[in-house]
Amino acid sequence: MARLVVLGGGVAGHTTATFAAKWLGSDHEVVVVTPNAKWNWIPSNIWVGVGQMTKKDVTFDLAPVYAKAGIDYRQAKAVSLNPEGSESSDKPFVTIEYTSADKAGETENIEYDYIVNATGPKLNFGATPGLGEGSQLGEHTVSVCTADHAVHASEKLQEAIEKMKGGTRQKFLIGTGHGMCTCQGAAFEYIFNIEHELRKAGVRDMADIKWISNESFLGDFGMGGLHMKVGGYVVSSKLFAESLYAERNIEWLIGAHVSKVEQGKVAYELLDGSTGEETFDFAMLIPPFAGVGLKAYNKSGEDITDTVFAPNGFMKVDADYTPKPYAEWKASDWPRTYQNPTYKNMFAAGIAFAPPHLISKPMKSPNGTPINPTPPRTGMPSGIIGKAVAHSVCDMITKGENAHLHEASMAEMGAACVASAGKGIFTGTAAAMTVYPVVPDFEKYPGTGRDTDYTFGEIGLAGHWIKHILHHLFIYKAKLNPGWTLIPE
Amino acid sequence: MSNEVKIVKEEENFQKNEQYQLTMIPGAFARRLRTCVIFQFIRFIIINIKMIIVVSKSH
Repeated sequence: MARLVVLGGGVAGHTTATFAAKWLGSDHEVVVVTPNAKWNWIPSNIWVGVGQMTKKDVTFDLAPVYAKAGIDYRQAKAVSLNPEGSESSDKPFVTIEYTSADKAGETENIEYDYIVNATGPKLNFGATPGLGEGSQLGEHTVSVCTADHAVHASEKLQEAIEKMKGGTRQKFLIGTGHGMCTCQGAAFEYIFNIEHELRKAGVRDMADIKWISNESFLGDFGMGGLHMKVGGYVVSSKLFAESLYAERNIEWLIGAHVSKVEQGKVAYELLDGSTGEETFDFAMLIPPFAGVGLKAYNKSGEDITDTVFAPNGFMKVDADYTPKPYAEWKASDWPRTYQNPTYKNMFAAGIAFAPPHLISKPMKSPNGTPINPTPPRTGMPSGIIGKAVAHSVCDMITKGENAHLHEASMAEMGAACVASAGKGIFTGTAAAMTVYPVVPDFEKYPGTGRDTDYTFGEIGLAGHWIKHILHHLFIYKAKLNPGWTLIPE
Repeated sequence: MSNEVKIVKEEENFQKNEQYQLTMIPGAFARRLRTCVIFQFIRFIIINIKMIIVVSKSH
């Protein structure tokens, strides 16, 4: 009997664990280690953050689902990996620390035959002074990164609405809280949902809303933007993003590295090297992501973290990490199997794998401050990668360690994304987009880097309906209800 | 020649901020289409088909 340990229970980890448990059956063991008691459909946190959904609507308890799937669930966080075992045993193991109320703080070594690192990110609030100390949400801003954060954001938003109803003008500042953030899409959704809710509440004329982000142009989204065919033209996402901001009367400040957050004010540096301050009454700033800080040790107990993980804490996989200039970046730099090059029984999926480089063009201010979005690896790509990794591990277990590995390169897969711009069954809108591939391949598509037959986007009520349906569909799938395998990632 | 002021609500934002002046802003018809249930139902079907094609090419 082989044992697969999956670290993390988000989109990538949950997909890997549930498919592996289904394909391996009771002949082998699947263990999930995740610090959370609940699964969270993160895309809908946006609607929790504006009071249109509750925490209960976007979460469910993991324990009964894993019990149903025959998965050994440990509510704990991984602390370190020993891929060569210890001096007394050749069996690799992971050290975990329990987070459940009954065993909080207890540690345990879990031996494994295969391990998948799908821990997701550390929300690195601590990277920007004032955004949060010790990587916890700070007191000056709100966040929608977790369901609890979103509940807090909704409460603060309601307070702001009450102030506006009482005649006090409010300034809203939404975007990214550091020059190296990703997940601009979440902030994009939140700013337009706030604008929509303020109009519904009849206080839009009392609000000044401003976007601040590390993108060098609006509509970059960490993917270097995208081009789509509209009205006989092939058009950059920049034009459509700017159009939406102008239509909704939302100012923008781009190419900005937020360097400090204080009560009611942020300090920033721009790509041209200039600095400034922006005031706010309500701010939601996405933190940068980092690896969760897993350490790795060899058989004799020496620290080999640098061998297993990139400097940003994400796990090295089969990508080409050779430093090279933007002009030499290729689609083939991106990983295909997500197998660790040193330890073949170790994989990473979702945000936890180290990308070879950015997707957006790298930018620096004259002061040397990097200000550019880091690559998004969430949602559909996370699920597809998680499933491919599950396939590979199952084949290695059942067919032998030299089994053919399944591939899921982000430079060869597309992604569908629906960004809400306001909730309402007849009044809501969302930007429905697909990109193919996620990582542009300028050798295959020399013009835009993508296939414009399969890269498109439009805003409307239809997009909102799709986002609402996806909310229910993916929670249904994650609960492993009948037919769950038929729903694509 | 009439001196009547022609107000087009959808175009007012162009003057609210310099940033807005060099982009495009949808007019009344384009905005109405966004929440027109019949039109959006048709778009719903078309977008779903497009997404299914992209999803199937990605698995």
